[in-house]
Amino acid sequence: MELNGNVPSGPLAQKWSEYIRHSKLVNPANKRKFEIIVVGTGLAGSSAAATLAELGYKVKAYCYHDSPRRAHSVAAQGGINAAKNYQNDGDSVYRLFYDTVKGGDFRARESNVHRLAEVSVSIIDQCAAQGVPFAREYGGTLANRSFGGAQVSRTFYARGQTGQQLLLGAYQALSRQIGLGAVQMFNRHEMLDLIVVNGHAKGIVTRNLATGEIKAHTADAVVLATGGYGNCWNLSTYGRQSNATAIWRAHKKGALFANPCYAQIHPTCIPRSGDYQSKLTLMSESLRNDGRVWVPKRREDCGKHPNDIPEADRDYYLERKYPSFGNLAPRDISSRAAKEACDDGRGVGPGGRGVYLDFSEAIQRLGQHKVEERYGNLFDIYKEITGEDAYRVPMRIYPAIHYTMGGLWVDYGLMSNLPGLFVLGEANFSDHGANRLGASALMQGLSDGYFVIPNTINNYLAAQKEKRPAADSAESAQAVADVQAGIKKLLGINGRRTVSDFHKELGNLLWEKCGMARDKDGLEQALREIPRIREAFWRDAKVTGEGEDLNQALEKAGRVADFLELAELICQDALHREESCGGHFRSEYQTEDGEALRQDDKFAYVAAWEFKGVGAPPVLHKEMLNYEEVKLATRSYK
Amino acid sequence: MKALLQVVTSSVGKKILMGVSGVLLVAFITVHMLGNLQIFLGEHALNGYAHFLKISPELLWGFRLAMLGIVAVHVLVALALTLENRGARPVAYAREKSAASYASRTMIVGGLVVVVFAIYHLLHFTAHTTNPEFDTLLDAGGQPDVYRMVLEGFSNGWVSLFYVLGVALLSWHLSHGVSSMCQSLGLRNRRSAWLIDRAAVGFALVVFAGMAAVPAAVYFKLIA
Amino acid sequence: MNVKLKVWRQASGQQSGGFEEYEAKELNPNMSFLEMLDEVNEELIQAGKEPITFEHDCREGICGSCSLMIGGEPHGPEYRVASCQTYMRSFKDGDVITIEPFRSKAFPVLKDLVVDRSAFDRIIQAGGFISVSTGSAPDANSIPVPKVSADLSMDAAACIGCGACVASCKNGAAMLFASAKAAHLNLLPQGQAEKDRRVLAIVETMDAQGFGSCSNTYACESACPKGITVDFIAKLNRDYALASVRTKLLGAAA
Repeated sequence: MELNGNVPSGPLAQKWSEYIRHSKLVNPANKRKFEIIVVGTGLAGSSAAATLAELGYKVKAYCYHDSPRRAHSVAAQGGINAAKNYQNDGDSVYRLFYDTVKGGDFRARESNVHRLAEVSVSIIDQCAAQGVPFAREYGGTLANRSFGGAQVSRTFYARGQTGQQLLLGAYQALSRQIGLGAVQMFNRHEMLDLIVVNGHAKGIVTRNLATGEIKAHTADAVVLATGGYGNCWNLSTYGRQSNATAIWRAHKKGALFANPCYAQIHPTCIPRSGDYQSKLTLMSESLRNDGRVWVPKRREDCGKHPNDIPEADRDYYLERKYPSFGNLAPRDISSRAAKEACDDGRGVGPGGRGVYLDFSEAIQRLGQHKVEERYGNLFDIYKEITGEDAYRVPMRIYPAIHYTMGGLWVDYGLMSNLPGLFVLGEANFSDHGANRLGASALMQGLSDGYFVIPNTINNYLAAQKEKRPAADSAESAQAVADVQAGIKKLLGINGRRTVSDFHKELGNLLWEKCGMARDKDGLEQALREIPRIREAFWRDAKVTGEGEDLNQALEKAGRVADFLELAELICQDALHREESCGGHFRSEYQTEDGEALRQDDKFAYVAAWEFKGVGAPPVLHKEMLNYEEVKLATRSYK
Repeated sequence: MKALLQVVTSSVGKKILMGVSGVLLVAFITVHMLGNLQIFLGEHALNGYAHFLKISPELLWGFRLAMLGIVAVHVLVALALTLENRGARPVAYAREKSAASYASRTMIVGGLVVVVFAIYHLLHFTAHTTNPEFDTLLDAGGQPDVYRMVLEGFSNGWVSLFYVLGVALLSWHLSHGVSSMCQSLGLRNRRSAWLIDRAAVGFALVVFAGMAAVPAAVYFKLIA
Repeated sequence: MNVKLKVWRQASGQQSGGFEEYEAKELNPNMSFLEMLDEVNEELIQAGKEPITFEHDCREGICGSCSLMIGGEPHGPEYRVASCQTYMRSFKDGDVITIEPFRSKAFPVLKDLVVDRSAFDRIIQAGGFISVSTGSAPDANSIPVPKVSADLSMDAAACIGCGACVASCKNGAAMLFASAKAAHLNLLPQGQAEKDRRVLAIVETMDAQGFGSCSNTYACESACPKGITVDFIAKLNRDYALASVRTKLLGAAA
């Protein structure tokens, strides 16, 4: 089946206004008759719930945290892009659009990206009005910085806490609606199933994490804004609670999962220091402006103190391989190069999975004072985590999973193939193609929530004749029973191994075989291993406690069980996509200098997978990517 | 009226009441101390000042009632806050390392002891309940001889010691209280904190020196 | 290194709790405090016992989930970090570490070390926002914001809502949290229109949630992982006094 993205016709720059112009509207008196469920309260979810409530819809919002403010959007540091051109440096909606399409290695839907760029300017207006304390110039106007190698300064920021401040803006807007009674907020509620009635998404089943109560909630439409699935790899820069359960269970109920193999790996994270490690911390990429990346030339030198290794015995591999870009080679390139060095047995630090990022040359050239001025806070974070002084000893860094571009398939209106199910933010697949540019995740989440969904959900609702089902309808009761059975099954395994142990095993496998570089053999091996781990999990996992109270072991078990299924789909997608693009690098498909080699004639499509049962091969649906405006080109780093 | 009540019964409103009454009490203490110190200028100066204070009974009683009111507000609001605040932390920690200063954590206890001291002070020198013989001390003009009353009152070493201790506690209370009152009235910030906190301690020390000087001087017979 | 833990265990808010002792052995000093607890929990699970329940998520000091009283101090002995940024190298081999939940009437214990901090949400719902519906905003540069105001506002907005201020306060007061939110918005030109209303609503809700009042001990400032200062409390006091005079006593519509 070929998928239709329902992209409006007409010139690219007019598609969004055309879409709005022809939208069906719900009149204000009728809006309050419609109930909308919003799952997740990160940037996309909070902004959507607040805005839909402002419009007059009855909104029910859900998050598994104790407060909507804790969603992992909070951790984004750098900034948010917008085509404001306040700097008069030649930026425009078109340029932001083009940069994003190109950055995504031409695997995104053109029309969505253009809309994202258009809407970006309104996001900044909205956030400034909400009181987001963006950085300012002395004249009181907004400050910008350049980011991610863009040629213009279009990134707005609030110190190193842009994600936090934007999330607080959305959370405050949401809180205002909760206070007004327009949003009913369910904290500590995790979505465990989607209720589908006559093919339409009409509700969810939740578990109250404080009491264990399983309950059906029905509505006229369901909006998922539950983030990415990077924790499938276990160690990542994600929050420890981030999970794929909501989107995965929606997928099992019929929603297509698009491009699951597109995962972004960030090159400059603090490496793991031992088996106990629970998460990886990102260090700003800006460090590579002055730090030099190297490993020892000889394996036997790896155990030596780095300062005892003479210059002649060091391999500055990025400078050697990419003389023009050197240490500033793009994220995917430098990540892979680090992996190759470590695979060659020349990695440093615990487990040999790390490379040096050395500032001694910069300190000599600029003086420690200058280095401190530029990166002092990062050196402090590094010291806090590792206990090492990077002014004296080189930093150790290693790549880590950071963002997933794949997600549930949605059309131009952000509706999945299941009518009534909308998917926003990182949870959908739509705007970043195979690779996301820096400072674009915040933009997409808020674009979807503040400006897109309020103008598209009406198209669905206005045409809706069916009433929402009762919370105790047959479909709801069945979904509740299924969820209860699933929990009972988990608690009943009573094996010997902890859930974390399985998660680590899965994560290591996925990282090795479907991480920075993938190949046919490795993926096939992973596809043999994953079902084995999954089978072992259901036979030998130990889940303590009961279902009727706050039980974190049970919560984790459910999430890992879903990762064990999703991982298989990720590998299947990676195996089928016989090309390299963005975050998906197949070793078999590279140029002579090791760059990603796309196969536009074969793979210029979105791969959307249909669930056919655990362990059963999924069915591929293709949405062809038709570029009307942009010419496909090879990304070049020369 | 209801609106006013709402404001003064809120947590912040009560703190503002504490601050405002604190400012007035600080003013009173300052004037009181300056009055006391006139003992060092001699008998005439002190008795003249005492006489001046009592020149109009209406003003005197008006002032006394106002002071009573201010003290009542300061004490009653403090008690109300203490009770509410105890209720807001019903379970204690098994182990707690508090970063708060000792003075800041003992305001209520110190304050209540100061109240007890003040009552004794009133019974001693104002109402003469503890020492009825003070009623008979008159100067040449037939006015109460405050100068001699102070000399006799502090000739007892235990009484003098009690006054010095009472004044010490008052100063302890002020060392945090003056700064705290600035905070409650929104007058303290990062830049002024250094000055305000030191000024508060300085003021407390001055009050201690000024107030304790009188019993000390009398006891050590520096004034005769 | 090895340490001994005295951990507060409480099955639910309805049941009473008590301390249990655990040994955490062969620890790497580079472990975070929460990773140490993860390891203890792995052993508990393997022994068929219920693991210690504690709140955590981002593990990089920004989400505000983690909320442990470690050795008598909120978030442990290190200055300006959350529990997740406390590392085992801050402790010595053989230390006995007491771990308790944050204590306050407004933060009832749900289980073990997890407390319900939704009272914070209700303060924000009452007034911690600027009323501007999506789509109604003017161009972002049409309202200049002096850099000093933006910077100070950002200082206040850095609050992660963890509740360490409440936990450290002998009065269980939420003044640092509430004042930081009021200051964040009141310092900006965009926040002026509903400044008085905001301050009054925030204080009223804070009181209704059962938080105590401020005794100006400044314990909160020392406990705050984000360095929020008590200047904002002074500002809240001032703004509250002015708002009361303007709206409650003079009846001005603001």
